[in-house]
Amino acid sequence: MSDKTHLPVGAEAIRDKGWLTAHKYLLLRRASQLFFLFLFLMGPWLGIWWVKGNLSGSLTFDILPLTDPFIAAQGIIAGHWPALTALIGALIVGVAYALIGGRVYCSWVCPINPVTDGAHWLHDKLGMTKGWQPKRETRYYVLGMVLAVSLLTGTIAWEFVNPISMLHRGLIFGVGFAWAFVLAVFLFDFAVSRRGWCGHLCPVGAFYNLLGTASVLRVTAKNRAACDDCMDCFAVCPENHVITPALRGQDDDTPLILSPDCTNCGRCIDVCAPEVFEFTHRFDATPAPGRVRAKSTPAPRADKAA
Amino acid sequence: MSAATKHKPMDRRRFLRDASRGVAGCALAGMGLTQFISDARALPAQAIRPPGALEESDFLAACIRCGLCVRDCPYDTLSLAELGHDGAATGTPFFTARDVPCEMCEDIPCVVACPTGALDHNLTNIDDADMGVAVLIDEEACLNALGLRCDVCYRVCPVIDKAITLELSPNTRSGAHAIFMPIVHSDHCTGCGKCEKSCVLPDESAIKVLPTRLAKAHSAEHYKLGWEENNPLVDELIDLPDRLPGSGTDNLAAPGGFLPGDMPDPSMEGGFTSSIKLPGTGGAGQ
Ligand code: SF4
Ligand code: SF4
Ligand code: SF4
Ligand code: SF4
Repeated sequence: MSDKTHLPVGAEAIRDKGWLTAHKYLLLRRASQLFFLFLFLMGPWLGIWWVKGNLSGSLTFDILPLTDPFIAAQGIIAGHWPALTALIGALIVGVAYALIGGRVYCSWVCPINPVTDGAHWLHDKLGMTKGWQPKRETRYYVLGMVLAVSLLTGTIAWEFVNPISMLHRGLIFGVGFAWAFVLAVFLFDFAVSRRGWCGHLCPVGAFYNLLGTASVLRVTAKNRAACDDCMDCFAVCPENHVITPALRGQDDDTPLILSPDCTNCGRCIDVCAPEVFEFTHRFDATPAPGRVRAKSTPAPRADKAA
Repeated sequence: MSAATKHKPMDRRRFLRDASRGVAGCALAGMGLTQFISDARALPAQAIRPPGALEESDFLAACIRCGLCVRDCPYDTLSLAELGHDGAATGTPFFTARDVPCEMCEDIPCVVACPTGALDHNLTNIDDADMGVAVLIDEEACLNALGLRCDVCYRVCPVIDKAITLELSPNTRSGAHAIFMPIVHSDHCTGCGKCEKSCVLPDESAIKVLPTRLAKAHSAEHYKLGWEENNPLVDELIDLPDRLPGSGTDNLAAPGGFLPGDMPDPSMEGGFTSSIKLPGTGGAGQ
């Protein structure tokens, strides 16, 4: 490891690229999260009803129906075949996320993401230990459990507790005590398990994860030869195990981050000073040589050796 | 499986251990969730679903809690249940009749808006809606029941004279007036709640919309309402023997008694010899 791992995360990127570029995707993502929330709030707040409903189901410009495919799937398992409008809505959403990456929902749309990001930020600031770390596959077990309970109870089971809908619907329609579920997720991520909710447990994330298995939009470590081992990308990535195969791959290994766990948040692109990462599509076959270096001796760029 | 052949038994054991831990953990969480759901889905009696709502058990499989029905209701009748404040399952649409009743829109926009069919699109005539049934729940307080003329619930009813009628009966208290009793007819009542909303009594209404499951008893199949159907229960008339003048309590020839010498033959089945003798009759009885 180089000394640079001891610099604050992203410090070099800010120095080299400027603060704005080093936060480009983070800012875009927050803007996108606010935008999607605002779309739904325009009606109740401003009386402009371009979008009605919430993330579970909505109608845009009185013509475009959208339905959360995970909720639709639970409904079908629970025994109700949805009317055509909801099915078309689920299909549109499903196809869109299958193309751009299912977990784009997580990083660009889901209102819980700022909550868990906030918890993670505080967690880091206070230098807390990572705490309980259930396996990442746990979320698939939770997903299976939710589907089983839907079948057993004949209800859309996750909607009884889903913190995402609780928060989103709460902001739009009135929150009641639903904030308690949101607070619970925050506290869980902050004090019990680092990145525990979105990274290990959330069945919605797991569902979108599966949906995006073959997504077209992908991040690539095309310029991996320039990596100087600062480890900042690993520090900011919410699913950092996805980086290793691409970044540390040899010449023949694809530089594409192909794991569907990747949320396409683009934060790795932000914090990387030598600009190793960029967005591309999964058919991008540009050759990307691996790093040439002696084992475990990083080759820092001369101008950056601090 | 390649994973099994490629990996050492140690890996397989670890995999099994992790998997069983995951399964057990989720089974536990699933039991908790199931329990939570069975508590949370109890629908309180005063929460009324929008028109066309499926049977409650199907409704919770169908409604995605999008609130589109709420948005398209022009009278702001509907709202999505808030956790802990309203009793209905969180995020599902309902209304409270005493606050804002359903105005029974001709075009039923709430049903049209529902993307899932949780509100049944087959409901096209609002008069066929079955959100619940009004019940005159407090006959001690209802002004009409006391013999006064209030009639408000009757007059606001959109299905007036079918869903609510006023039935006249003598007012035995005054001895000179009539009681105009509001009577609800469940086959016409849509459960819109306008009567409950309009009841003039303070706070609680004397007439309330209840879920049909609470308001309606099942009619007794084993009783026959002879004044409505006069076809016999059994196809072929069973001709029971007419009671002939003679022994028996409704004996016409000798009301209330036996004719002398008309005692059952002790040798017949069921016959007996009376142990008492009454003067002048020559037999038992009276
Ligand atoms: S993992 Fe779940 S809560 Fe987290 S961002 Fe994705 S959908 Fe939202
Ligand atoms: S019928 Fe009309 S008033 Fe009644 S709930 Fe539907 S939209 Fe609202
Ligand atoms: S529109 Fe249909 S699916 Fe949406 S909240 Fe109303 S009843 Fe439920
Ligand atoms: S709820 Fe009341 S007002 Fe509405 S149809 Fe029934 S009796 Fe009439």
